[in-house]
This record gives sequence, C-alpha cells and structure tokens, in this order.
Amino acid sequence: MSVTTTSLSRRDFLRSAAWGSAGLVIAMALPGRGRAATMDTQAANSSLIASDAAGFAPNAFVRIAPDDTVTVLIKHIEFGQGPFTGLSTLVAEELDADWSQMRAASAPANAELYKNFAFGMQGTGGSTAIANSYMQMRKAGATARVMLVQAAAEQWSVPVGEISVDKGRISHAGSDKSAGFGEFAEAAAKLDPPEDVALKKAGDFRLIGTDVPKLDTNIKTNGEALFTQDLHHDDMLTVVVAHPPQFGATMKSVDASAAKSTPGVVDVQPIPTGIAVYAQDTWSALQGRRALKVSWDTARAETRSTREITDAYRQRAQQPGRKAASRGKPEQGGDGLAKTLTAEYSFPYLAHAPMETLDCVIHAKDGAVESWFGSQLQTGDQGTMAEILGVKPAQVSIHTMYAGGSFGRRAQPGSPFAAEAAHVAKAHAKSRPLKLVWTREDDIQGGWYRPLNVHRLSGGVDADGNVALWDQTIVGQSIFSGSAFAAMIKDGIDPSSVEGAEDLPYGIPNFRVTLHDGEAGVPILWWRSVGHTHTAYSTETFVDELLEMAGKGPVEGRLALLGEHPRHAGVLKAVADLAGGLDASESGRARGVAVHKSFGSYVAQIAEVSQNEDRTPKVHKVWCAVDCGVAVNPNVIRAQMEGGIGFGLGAALYNEITLEEGGRVAQANFDRYRSLRIHEMPDVEVTIVTSDEDPTGVGEPGVPPIAPALANAWRRLTGDAIRDLPFVKIS
Amino acid sequence: MKITVNGSSHEIDAPDDMPLLWAIRDRLKLTGTKYGCGVAQCGACTVMVDGQPKRSCVTPLKFAAGHDITTIEGMDGAEFEAIQTAWRAIDVPQCGFCQSGQVMTATALLKEKPAPSDTDIDNALAGNICRCATYVRIRQAVRDAADTLEA
Repeated sequence: MSVTTTSLSRRDFLRSAAWGSAGLVIAMALPGRGRAATMDTQAANSSLIASDAAGFAPNAFVRIAPDDTVTVLIKHIEFGQGPFTGLSTLVAEELDADWSQMRAASAPANAELYKNFAFGMQGTGGSTAIANSYMQMRKAGATARVMLVQAAAEQWSVPVGEISVDKGRISHAGSDKSAGFGEFAEAAAKLDPPEDVALKKAGDFRLIGTDVPKLDTNIKTNGEALFTQDLHHDDMLTVVVAHPPQFGATMKSVDASAAKSTPGVVDVQPIPTGIAVYAQDTWSALQGRRALKVSWDTARAETRSTREITDAYRQRAQQPGRKAASRGKPEQGGDGLAKTLTAEYSFPYLAHAPMETLDCVIHAKDGAVESWFGSQLQTGDQGTMAEILGVKPAQVSIHTMYAGGSFGRRAQPGSPFAAEAAHVAKAHAKSRPLKLVWTREDDIQGGWYRPLNVHRLSGGVDADGNVALWDQTIVGQSIFSGSAFAAMIKDGIDPSSVEGAEDLPYGIPNFRVTLHDGEAGVPILWWRSVGHTHTAYSTETFVDELLEMAGKGPVEGRLALLGEHPRHAGVLKAVADLAGGLDASESGRARGVAVHKSFGSYVAQIAEVSQNEDRTPKVHKVWCAVDCGVAVNPNVIRAQMEGGIGFGLGAALYNEITLEEGGRVAQANFDRYRSLRIHEMPDVEVTIVTSDEDPTGVGEPGVPPIAPALANAWRRLTGDAIRDLPFVKIS
Repeated sequence: MKITVNGSSHEIDAPDDMPLLWAIRDRLKLTGTKYGCGVAQCGACTVMVDGQPKRSCVTPLKFAAGHDITTIEGMDGAEFEAIQTAWRAIDVPQCGFCQSGQVMTATALLKEKPAPSDTDIDNALAGNICRCATYVRIRQAVRDAADTLEA
C-alpha cells in the first residue's frame, strides 16, 4: 500500500503521472462476478486506473486515459444521493463525452483542491454537491475539451475552429478525420490549460436534464460495490469498542482477563471513548467485548430521562427566548383578535441509523497514516487523525469509500469517529491495518442524535379572517455550538435551530421567533434536513390549523399568504394540480398538504391517509412537487424525493430515542427503533417544476414536508392534532 | 466445520455457534452479504440456504453445515437475471448497502410466485429494511421482472 501525499499543488497534479497510482483512488468499476472482495480485487481496481498513468490530467477533476475512458474525481462522498453520477454529468456535458465512457472515483483528501465552497473545507452536507460543483465541474470538462481540440488541431494541422466534438469523438469534417479522446490524451497533457473557457448555453445541453443511468447502479445490484465494511487487508484485525452505557460516563476500571482469553482476541486496550477489543474477526471481537467486566464512573454522566429533559424544555418554552426574527407587534399577543390558538410540540431525539454502521480501516505506518472510510468531512477527519497520531495532515490519506447511507451521521464536526479510529491505531503496539466496526447497538445507542426540541406557538386570526399573529418559541440543543461551525452562530442564534421557522414565508403582520438553547448531556448532530426536521412540522401544521380557523382552504389559504414567495407558490400549485386537489380518492381517507423550502430548494407534498385497524396511520400515496433550479438528472431528483419521503415518514411514524431513568438509551436495534418497511411505503408521484435558476440540492429537501402533510391529513381524517412525535409509540 | 458455499466446500476453523454471516464475510471474504443489525431485523445478510432465503446473521455455523448455501456472488438463473436487469433499468439502489439482501429476497419471491401481486411483494420484502427508502422502485422492479419472465 502506498501512501499518497495530499499536498500536491495543482501544477504538480497536472504534471503528475502518478495520479492513478495504487492507493490514490478506489475505482468504482469492479471486474468479474463472484469474486471475493479481497485486497487483490481492490488492487485490481486501482491498477485498472494505474495503467492509465500516461493519461491526460487537465485539472484536479478530470482524467482521460488512452483507452478513451474519462474518470471524474468526485469531491463529495457517494452514499446514494448521486454525486458520482451528477458531477460526472456536468463534466461530460462540457467535454461532449459519451456517457458510456464516463467513470467516477472518490477524490483524495485535499482541502486545497477539493474544498466544498459552502464550507471552505472538503466535505459533503447541506445538499450542496451539485450546487457548489455546478460551475467548477463544467469548467473542468470544458477545459479538457479545449485542450483535446487543440492537440487534435496541431496533430491534424487544421484550424481549431474547424474541429467538432460529439459523443466522445473529435472530428474534422474537411479532412474526414475522426478520433477518440484517448488518441490525444498524451499530446493534450503537454499543453498548458487555458485560463478561461466558454461554457454551453442551457439550450445546448445534451446530458444535463436527462436521465443518464447512474454510474454506481450495476455494482450495487450484484454485491460487488465495496464498502468500508468489506475491506480485508493482510494481517488486519477487527476492532470493536465497549462504550459507556450513559452519555458522559467514563471507565473506572476494567477486568479484561476473560476477554483476552477469548479465542481470536489479540489485544484489549483502553482508549478515551471506552475499551477496544482487537481480534482476528468480527465475531471473536464481539465475543471478547461481551467478556469484558467494566465498571463505569457516572459522576459526570447525563442521568436524566428524556421525559425529564422534555419537561425542563417545556418550562422554558413558556417564556420567549433570544430573538431570531421579529416584525410588527407580536408581543401584544392575541389582544383584539377574533380567534387565537396556542400549541406546544415536542420532537424526540432521532438516530440516523444508516444501513452501514460506522466503520473505518486505518493503518498507521512509518510516520504516515492510510485510512479507508465513509468520511464526510475529510478535512476535519484528516486533521484529527493527524493530531492524535502525531503526523502532519498531509501524511494522512483518506480513501473515501462508498458509504451505506449517512443522513448526517458521517459528517462529524470535531471528528469523534475518526478520533476513535486513530486512538484504536495508537493504542495497539503493532503497526497493522485495523478495521474499527460499530454494531447496530453501538449505532442506535451511540448518540449524535437529531436534538430533542420543544416548540410553543401562539397565533391568531383577526375579525376579517386574516392570520394576524405568529409567535413561536423554540427550545433545543445547539448543533453548531462548540463545533467547527460555531462561527455560524450570530447574536446567540444557531441558525440550524431556527431555519425554516425564522424565515417563514407567510405574510403575517405580527411575527416573532425566539430561541432558548436547551441543555442536555446528549451528543447531537444534524440529521437529514437538520432544523427543518422540526420547524417544517410545527409551522406547516400550525398554519393549517390557523387557516382552518380563518375559514380558508389549505392550498388557497397558503397561496394568499405567499405573495412574495413565487417559488413556494409554484410548487404548491404544481402539487395541487398533480394530485387533483385535496379531496381524497375514496371515503375513509383524507389528504393533507405541506410546503417548505430548505437548502435552496422548494418542495410541496400532498399525502393521502387512512386509518389502519390498529388506529395507526396508513399513507397510501404522496404527490410531490420540487423546484431545485436546473434539473441536472431528473431521475436522481425523483429518487431523492421518494427516498426523502420514506425516510421522513418512517421517523414521523415510529422513531424516538428515549433515555430511561438513569440515562440509559431504551432502544438498541431495529426492533424498537423501527424503520419504515416496504408495506408502509406509499406510492409516490413527483413533478419537477421547470426552472432556469442555478441548481440547488435534493438530498434533504424531500424530507421536511412529509411529516406535516401526514399530520394535516390525519387531523382532517380523525380530528386529532398530533403535537408530540412520533405518531406511534413503540414500547 | 465444513460448509458448502456457492458450490464449493470450505473447512472453517471457528466455533460452531459463530453466525454464518461472519464465516462468509470474514473467512471466505465474500462481502456481497452485509451486516446490518445482527438480529434478523433488516435482511441485509440474506443468503439462500437450500434455495430458501435465510438470515445468515442468526444462523449458527452448525445449522449451516450440510446445507447448500448461496450468496449473491453465486446467484444465477432466469429469476435472478430478470431481477438484476429490472433493478438496473430503473436505478433502484441509492446507497446500495441493503440491495444484495433485497435482490436475494426478490429472486426467491419470483421463484415461488412468478406473478406476484403487490401484496405478495410487500409481504415477501417486509423483512428487508432500506434506510434510503427505495421501496417504490423495489416494488416496480419486481413487477417489471415478473413481466419479463412471463413474456
């Protein structure tokens, strides 16, 4: 295994013949069916790229090989949301490549080359992949095209202007010459890249806006896609860690004698987050961990139950907090209004529970560190591992693997998981590859949850039937506080706590949103759509009730309040058209609607709901309209809406992490932390609103509207306004 | 312990209560079969035991011995081909981690019921969790595969 330096300058990159050396990139295309995913397989993939070492590297993103394949290095992690396909589409468009010649691979960790413009460092999140790469990747493709054309012109001795490029073929009609990209890869590599390149007009797009097949689909239907969990290196040990049973508890003492004598166990070491058990295979490691006798110090642990934490938050919600937004005279309350309504909401802690639990292969060797994992904030992970292992960040290479979902879980400010992996490597005396694996129980009970929130809303309708008052107080832990993103906090307001509420699009004259930072010793994190997971629910159910008090329809009433927000109104009208209105298709059912903007994209949904025999909700169908600017790949956009709806629906129906008396997490696996299953998945119909605006994200925005759409339908069906999530309590 | 996987016999030096999943993944290094929960809740570890879909994470090696085990790497046949083709045609996978288990279970369904109803599909696949919620497309792909087989 070679360690790749990550401090290459752009110029070095351009000239480097080693960009494809084994270890730099993990290829996504795997040869042969039925092969074991050993390091041999992986080496075969890497060498597949390494054989292209004489290829053309016009910039940090595009690699063109003599065999005509174009590999795009993708700076965003691929976990199903589609950046491998989406970003490759942008390059292929400007390069005039044929889709069949396109490949994608994860970019190495290198903030200078691969930073996310939204963060200033390398990482994926906030549904930014397409939005922040849109121009960058198109320019990367256009640059490569200009250089290939110039190389062809020189070789054919014809004017550049007479050369055309179409579907991966470079042609000169006058001399009847034609060749693929590979033929000019070597010559193009000797040219200087142009400073500036022209990009296509939207009307000339051939690939953007089409459903090109996803690049990672084939290997994800036959078991060949390699995830971190699947890596096996020679001499590798598998490691599991015994974590404390309460958040904030620490190890007091450990008797590891039985663990150490467990067959297959090689080593047991204390690390800051618990006790690490190293073994020949996963099963032995788990048996060894089970044999540990640990006594924990709970002096500084969070020992309150979630019931107690919720009650404390409810108390605080009775008074306004720090002002996040205000207009008119909200402090006058309901005085002079015809009707008023006050409602209190509670939202539980939520685990992300991605299908692949957290895992990392790490090998510290000769003053360098090589790692393979689903790193979502590479720059932070790289720095954290470097600090713990006493090397420079540039000596830490990260192979960003396909990850089995994330939903926010792998994007860790402060990098606690990368830190644990580094400590696991540091604590073991021998230099060897180590695979740290969390079990599902570690995952569900391991914290870093969507924060528990309480919202209190007061609203009112005046004598003319206008919604005239909206006063919202939010209580919840701050996600950004104390993190690498703390600079985002302005005037004491963590924007991720109030997003989707403080920017309520409805024209209500007296309006206020205030925030209390809730305190709890439970580690928290963003969860697919972050603050919008709760603000969309409280705002879209509350406005539904106020409109009903005002005698207005859910769609018409909202439209009347959305005067200054045409894109909200656009998706709302589009979804109403798609669904044919809010009348249910048969008796015993009802429909509800919600509209919400998040991460720059606008989504409206209508859900049709009935009641199961056990009186729980059954969602039959969801209609969805999305406006995300230019639709780069409509198929991926529809898939993200479908998946976002299923993800949000499962959480709204079933999910809560509760702490029992004493602070232990009550749920441990998918039995009590229920996931939505196929028979609970509604049919979904999606329409994409045509737009010329620059593209915005789709990974998260499909999530927020589904829970309030369901709740509004449920209230219409049963009269029951659900204000404490989830809908179904699982004991 | 001696187990037969994808037509080959393998001697596994492991305790007989070790789940088949870990023998397949850690010893045979056939990694298409995934660990998702360890308690037969998610279906990511689905393999065929004598042609029937089973959860390898709760199948001890001693119960696997003497049976014919097939992982996704060893699957073939008309139903499997039809399922894979249908999966690919509409880009079912997102993160992809659960998809081996989905494909195995869907293949087993079509072998038993070549023309399943939507309820049959839901019942057969209710044990396979997809956190990306690709369920709409899974359902469609199974229908499409059934149509292909019928034609």
